[in-house]
Amino acid sequence: MLRAILIAIGVFFSGMMLYSFGASTYAYLTDPAAPTAEEEFHLHPKEVHFSFNGSLGHYDRQQLQRGFQVFKEVCSACHSLKFVAFRDLEQLGYSEAEVKAIAKQWTIKAPDVDPKTGEPSTRDPVPADHFPKPFANNVAAAAANNNAIPPDLSLMAKARHDGPAYIHSLLTGFQSQEGFKNAKGKELLKEFPDSKTPEGLHFNPYFANLNLAMAPPLTAEGQVSYGDGTKATVDQMATDVSAFLMWTAEPKLESRKSTGMAVLFFLLIATGLAYLSYRNIWADKKH
Amino acid sequence: MSFPWAAHYTPKAPLMKWIDERLPLPRLVYNSIGAGYPVPRNLNYMWNFGVLSGLALVIQIVSGIIMAMHYAANDLVAFGTVEHVMRDVNSGWLIRYAHANGASFFFIVVYLHIFRGLFYGSYKAPREMVWLLGLVIYLLMMATAFMGYVLPWGQMSYWGAKVITGLFGAIPVVGEPIQTWLLGGFAPGNAALNRFFSLHYLLPFVIAGVIILHIWALHIPGSNNPTGVDVKGPQDTVPFHPYYTAKDGFGAGVFLILFSILLFFAPNFLGHPDNYIEANPLSTPAHIVPEWYFWPFYAILRAFTFDFFFVPAKLLGVLAMFAAILLLFFLPWLDNSPVRSGKFRPVFKQFFIVLCIDVLILGWCGGAPATAGYVMISQIAAAYYFAHFLIILPLIAMFEKPLPLPNSITEAVLAKHNLQGEEPAAVPAE
Ligand code: HEC
Ligand code: HEM
Repeated sequence: MLRAILIAIGVFFSGMMLYSFGASTYAYLTDPAAPTAEEEFHLHPKEVHFSFNGSLGHYDRQQLQRGFQVFKEVCSACHSLKFVAFRDLEQLGYSEAEVKAIAKQWTIKAPDVDPKTGEPSTRDPVPADHFPKPFANNVAAAAANNNAIPPDLSLMAKARHDGPAYIHSLLTGFQSQEGFKNAKGKELLKEFPDSKTPEGLHFNPYFANLNLAMAPPLTAEGQVSYGDGTKATVDQMATDVSAFLMWTAEPKLESRKSTGMAVLFFLLIATGLAYLSYRNIWADKKH
Repeated sequence: MSFPWAAHYTPKAPLMKWIDERLPLPRLVYNSIGAGYPVPRNLNYMWNFGVLSGLALVIQIVSGIIMAMHYAANDLVAFGTVEHVMRDVNSGWLIRYAHANGASFFFIVVYLHIFRGLFYGSYKAPREMVWLLGLVIYLLMMATAFMGYVLPWGQMSYWGAKVITGLFGAIPVVGEPIQTWLLGGFAPGNAALNRFFSLHYLLPFVIAGVIILHIWALHIPGSNNPTGVDVKGPQDTVPFHPYYTAKDGFGAGVFLILFSILLFFAPNFLGHPDNYIEANPLSTPAHIVPEWYFWPFYAILRAFTFDFFFVPAKLLGVLAMFAAILLLFFLPWLDNSPVRSGKFRPVFKQFFIVLCIDVLILGWCGGAPATAGYVMISQIAAAYYFAHFLIILPLIAMFEKPLPLPNSITEAVLAKHNLQGEEPAAVPAE
């Protein structure tokens, strides 16, 4: 009896699935899903080489400092780094005094309360402060940016597939929609007239929905002047700031990899010994 | 315990003797995982996964308790406290990555453990209770993992909780009140987060309790083995300690090596990037997907795209998804072939291989976006999944002609080593 019920359930579900398969195949053949503008225009991140790729990869401190400089001089006008404190910059090779000075001279001040009146006020950040937010609140942020709120960048490099390469591609990927892939964009625009980038937004094939409220932030060679003599091409600045954002997202990357090497070394030896003792114990037993 | 020739516990150290006379705990341990438990001598590496599941549970409990010391289950700060663990707590990144990847490894070893049972017929008499308790553990694990994934309060946490509790919304009339009751609100929020944390902390200990029952039930008949043939005498078994403690020790080493490779060199490989974005009820992610270990069931859920008379497709999908798991409870009565091991069941073996591929395909579709192509593949694969357990297994049991079984475990072992003179024909080649 139980088996009969179970078999009947099986026949029902399997039958339902076969019927659905037939019906969806029919639907698919008679009315195939048309490709969307997003699919046609969208590009995967470029291949970018970073020093921290691979299982032995490390951060390049010089590069992180350059990336920080790009963040400070360009991105910080709109983006926050709420999980990072000024004192964390010591990990990039800045001295305590330098970090103190960076915090003190930060353009955006830290929110505070006037000790006499209790009115909201601001003060110079100190190393223990996290990077202050550039806008007072989300409404102000959206109002200044075409209705889009610039996201916090602390975790951006882990919050997108292939994060650092994605950020690099995004920053270097602004282009005219018509010129997309040698004027293929023109044809696509004819096919999908609705996909034309709206006024005030910027076409970028690396961005998921193609139209970004952020204007191209890195536009000209030499936009920042690097202290270490590296030529500040747009590509170089984009790579450096992407590396810096990988560090803000995964500051423990280097100790993770080096701990991993030590742990693996230990485990390989321990497992080898465990294997030998296993063989030894079973030596007299056929199995 | 189970066999008359099992060694008896005779404490040597005076302290152990003193304890054993007052509380026979040392005796219990000796009889369960010590020299007092006779185990078939021919177990292969597939029998390592029970102990490895236990190891995975220990890793989860230890890392989880430490994380709970720094975590706050409050929707305003939860995401930040997880980042605090990653950045400020000493070795916090290690604890957190170990817990996140440990959950995946837990499911990997439990899936291998379950498929071991499926192939060697370990669910059959007299081990039905072991199998049923194992499934209870599996259900508890899924509940624990689902609630754990909500705790970091990222985008996938939030939307996953919304979609999964929304499944209850498919039940007619009472569905939506149930969903609201489960969440403590109309959408996931602080109330849901708090109760999920409370239960997520509780359930692993419930799992530990059910594991004790699982092993208790196992020790009544004793372990199954690759031939599926019953133990006939002392020559068929070896004491668990030192034979299988040594083998499990080696297995644990291999497990930890593979675990470390993922944990230290690709800790986010199995995760979803969207969970590094704080939960935002106003922005729906493009693709909401659960963690990989739920993908086969998620594919079944989404495969139901057509109504059946007055039953809406969504409800059917929910019913089918639960049925896909619950049918495993009936397996001992669906497959009533008297032969346990798949090695001696030529037809079963073919279908078993198809099932393994089928589940992998379901998993692959469940993780992919729900486009027409993937849904169609899921539909075929889901049809086979239900047919396999509910139609094919009972039929095979009726019509299959099994290969001749060895007379005993020892005979099979000796034949493998070509040490047996007479009757080699009685032992089929592997
Ligand atoms: C003028 C303000 C402004 C500046 C300067 C700026 N951004 Fe943005 N950024 C935005 C806005 C607004 C958005 C949100 C865009 C949207 O969602 O349409 C954004 C989004 C982003 C995103 C997220 C894209 C995604 O996938 O969601 C990244 C990454 C980013 N910015 C990086 C940078 C970097 C790196 C810099 C410095 C080189 C920078 N931005 C400078 C305003 C700015
Ligand atoms: C936390 C999870 C689990 C733990 C710690 C655990 C532990 C164990 C251990 C230690 C054994 C004996 C060693 C072995 O045969 O591998 C065992 C046997 C067994 N387990 Fe589990 N188990 C778990 C989950 C499950 C699940 C989910 C199932 C199935 C649904 C299951 C089914 C079985 C069966 C059938 C046996 C007997 C195997 C045989 O004798 O051939 N277990 N389990």
